[in-house]
Amino acid sequence: MEVFPTHHYLNDGYGIRSWLLTRDHKRIALLYLAAITFFFFIGGSFAVLMRIDLATPAGDLVSDDTYNELFTMHGIVMVFFFLIPAIPAVLGNFLVPLMIGAKDLAFPKLNLLSWYIYILGGLFTLHALVTGGVDTGWTMYAPLSTEFSTTRVIPAALGIFITGFSSILTALNFIVTIHRMRAPGLSWFRLPLFLWSTYATSVITVLGTPVIAVTMLLVGAERVFHFGFFDPKIGGDPVLFQHLFWFYSHPAVYIMVLPAMGVISELVAAFCRKPVFGYSFVAFASLAIAILGFLVWGHHLFVAGQSVYASLIFSMLSFLVAIPSAVKVFNWTATMYKGAISWQTPMLYAIGFIGLFTIGGLTGLFLAAIGMDVHLTDTYFVIAHFHYIMVGGTIMGYLGGLHYWWPKISGRLYPEGLARLAAGIIFVGFNLTFFPQFILGYLGMPRRYHAYPPEFQVLNVLSSAGASILGIGYLLPMAYFAWSLRYGKVAGSNPFGATGLEWTTTSPPPTENFAVTPIVTSGPYEYPSPVEKHVA
Amino acid sequence: MRDDTLHHPALAHHFDNLEQQAEAASLGMWVFLLTEILFFGGAFLVYTVYRHMYHDAFVVASHELDVTLGTINTAVLIGSSLTMALAVHAAQTGSKRLIQLFLIVTIVLGCVFLGIKSVEYAHKFREHHVPGPYFQFDVKYVREAQIFFSLYFVMTGLHALHMIVGIGVMLVMLWHASRDRFSPEYYVPIEVTGLYWHFVDIVWIFLFPLLYLIGRHGVP
Amino acid sequence: MWSGTPLFPQGASTIAGRVDALYFFLLAVSGFFGLLIAGLVVFFAIKYRRRHPNAVGTEVSGGLALEIGWTVLPFLISLIIFFWGANIYFAMSRPPDETLNIYAVGKQWMWNIQHTDGTREINELHVPVGRAVRMIMTSEDVLHDFSIPAFRVKADVIPGRYTQIWFEATKPGRYHLFCAEYCGTRHSGMTGQVVVMKAADYQTWLSGGAPEGSLASVGGKLFGDLACNTCHRPDSRGRGPVLAGLFGHTVQLQGGDIVTVDEQYLRESILQPSAKITAGYQPVMPAFQGIVSEEQLLALIEYVKSLSTPQQQTMPARPDTPTSGGPAR
Repeated sequence: MEVFPTHHYLNDGYGIRSWLLTRDHKRIALLYLAAITFFFFIGGSFAVLMRIDLATPAGDLVSDDTYNELFTMHGIVMVFFFLIPAIPAVLGNFLVPLMIGAKDLAFPKLNLLSWYIYILGGLFTLHALVTGGVDTGWTMYAPLSTEFSTTRVIPAALGIFITGFSSILTALNFIVTIHRMRAPGLSWFRLPLFLWSTYATSVITVLGTPVIAVTMLLVGAERVFHFGFFDPKIGGDPVLFQHLFWFYSHPAVYIMVLPAMGVISELVAAFCRKPVFGYSFVAFASLAIAILGFLVWGHHLFVAGQSVYASLIFSMLSFLVAIPSAVKVFNWTATMYKGAISWQTPMLYAIGFIGLFTIGGLTGLFLAAIGMDVHLTDTYFVIAHFHYIMVGGTIMGYLGGLHYWWPKISGRLYPEGLARLAAGIIFVGFNLTFFPQFILGYLGMPRRYHAYPPEFQVLNVLSSAGASILGIGYLLPMAYFAWSLRYGKVAGSNPFGATGLEWTTTSPPPTENFAVTPIVTSGPYEYPSPVEKHVA
Repeated sequence: MRDDTLHHPALAHHFDNLEQQAEAASLGMWVFLLTEILFFGGAFLVYTVYRHMYHDAFVVASHELDVTLGTINTAVLIGSSLTMALAVHAAQTGSKRLIQLFLIVTIVLGCVFLGIKSVEYAHKFREHHVPGPYFQFDVKYVREAQIFFSLYFVMTGLHALHMIVGIGVMLVMLWHASRDRFSPEYYVPIEVTGLYWHFVDIVWIFLFPLLYLIGRHGVP
Repeated sequence: MWSGTPLFPQGASTIAGRVDALYFFLLAVSGFFGLLIAGLVVFFAIKYRRRHPNAVGTEVSGGLALEIGWTVLPFLISLIIFFWGANIYFAMSRPPDETLNIYAVGKQWMWNIQHTDGTREINELHVPVGRAVRMIMTSEDVLHDFSIPAFRVKADVIPGRYTQIWFEATKPGRYHLFCAEYCGTRHSGMTGQVVVMKAADYQTWLSGGAPEGSLASVGGKLFGDLACNTCHRPDSRGRGPVLAGLFGHTVQLQGGDIVTVDEQYLRESILQPSAKITAGYQPVMPAFQGIVSEEQLLALIEYVKSLSTPQQQTMPARPDTPTSGGPAR
């Protein structure tokens, strides 16, 4: 029988101040968990409303303007306030110091500050929401956003601007921590793969996010002061906005999915009880994705008036960035070969991730081929593709990771049976929601359409039905995680029998993480061979 | 471990020693400056694209800027970088009086820069060179010149904002210095403040020629 | 309920078949790799399921050949897809020499179509079957996108410049026309129909419209109303360049640059004449930005283009005036 530790970070101080002024990375991770969950359900409820509305071709539930505001706010909230911070700010914050044997991140005060910046950005976005919403699409293309829209563009752009600095500061903290604070003996090639992908993500964040910040600033200056940057009437180029926007927003896709890939590497190793196949290839694939990810933004502009030759180069580079992703998928699959595979919930999410990410990645090839993209871009095919990456990839990775480390975070086990059921519901609901959208896309149904021709209705109804199943699937973990805080079985320090420094300390860990600074003498994922185990 | 800095009051609990702490702080500032480079980089990119598209208009518009004031400001800012470097040196040698002196001189020079900048802005307002409905310019270039002045105001405005932040940070440093927080073992806050200030200086070293000087020699 | 639900779109242009062929190839590649991965994952998960709580996996070492293999193979396959896709894209972006030109202006939230004979339509586009059609498009306000799924073509429509698509319809019928770039409140209402007609039907349809005369003649009238003809005279004594025979040829600018006179150049030269002055002329022409509408601009451009073909010229052509390349219609 496992015993709950008497001293841990959760009982090191009570009351609201001990949370809101904490500098403990673990408590800050939980602050993020609460805030991010809140925004996830806001963004999710917009999605549900949209899907209900789209069950009929005329869009009978809401008006045109409301529908446009729904998909805009769904995009802004989900991208900037959920997907980008989800894994780094919650799991990364909690795990980076634990995984490298440090007491905290390099800059604990900055870490707390970045949570407050996130909240401030969130408040601006909520302000935009309650005072009428925004209808420009999350992409905020000029000149619609700079000149024509009469909605709350400025507070929404400010929200994006501000929350960007939260990501930057968190990334900066991770980079410095991973460089400077590793435990003795923990060389770069002994780092868990989650840290490699967190590191790569942080580099993208630091280099990419300032560009969207300055872009939002230019949009704001154009709207408020009537400065001219993108206005065609004075010779401005609206396509330049798209270049600036996607210079950040395409790498942002990797900011969202790379951490999930890191989680999957951890899950596959832990639940197969063997090292990740091709460790260094998986590690370098993360860096390759980070670098190549900055060179492919132009594939969002194949029909936007970009030159033919620029499009060719961007197309070629887009195929290149697919390769490290494929390498990762092959390596995870190969890791399962001769593993001791457990079917516990986190592994189910990992398997789900591999399947869905593979579909997302392969459909990316359709969009990278220019002649094909001309037909598919701005249709539901694109919607389906990036939801397979964002929802099928990032959220599967996030939920898988949350289940895996939940015993470490809370000290208690989630209910296994219910959790497996929820994982199954999410997988089925997800595919039912988004697979029909591939077909709709090839049929030519444009995205961001409030009303559509009647022959598309059946596929839309299927998608809407899937969304309701998916919604239930997401509510379940909320409920049983909360339940387990009180009633869950005591986990013990290493309930899954996994390797990694985070499993060597108690669950929940003490505030200073480790009683003595650990000394690392071996690589990650070194499970005793069956023979050794037998002899021992 | 013979390291007597292990119990230094400035050592945060999660670092092993002051050296690790200092390395972390300066790496942190370098990463932050990388972000800043990309931040200004976005604006520089927009400038480059439009300068290429509307070369003549940009040349004509840049003649409206006051090169004399710009040159004085450049000298002031380079001077402030020198005094900032001297403040860091003073911190290394542990001279509290010199730290305070050089920080104050740097702050004063920064304020002089901002003062001259606001004089320039006031000129632009009077001459209706602020983009928007009241913009007035040679009718031949009235459109594209607005792009130039939009970039002028945004880029120099962002730069000025960074200077104001830098001056604020230096005031905090001044307060810390007066309370004897710095020593030859621990002066990393001054050092990273210096890094930041030099960066702000370098941004101006790019802004000044791009906005004021290029194309000055030949009037189209 | 299912009977009216298509799972595959109609293909009604010469390019559609080529796009579909690539689509099926991509489906096959995706199907193969998708099933391979899914099959392996499920197979391993069952075969190597943990049979004992303390069991650990067997470390599999080596695998460099495997790593190289599954890096190179996807690379080679993606090269094939790249060249295939690029090939189709080249065909899409290069209209044939001889096209039927139609103009489209997008504005919140409708499509204005102008045929060169002067016929106008809104949210409908009539085209003949079997003839290459080039759409020259611009927007009066925000970004739009002219998308015809049955033809597998689309392009953004951008304020301040012209973009184009071309297609050759192969089957008479009615097809969807969508605005595919989000443009504000009634974005989903900015739709219409493309009506593909047999050549004879198309001629009949054309003869029913155009009360004001051809687009070029409307432009010609405007050319006089705006007093363009006081400077742009048919002989070389005017203060502006002679326009006859200009379209499709190159001119030298002040400063030595050489540009081809196309729709975009004419547009810029009318709206902002000072931007690109032809060598040997003074920048005396007033800017027409904000004075002529997008539709009037198209008429003026069509008029200048019509001056290129000798038989439509109002003044006798000089013997050395180059004639346009295509056969006279």
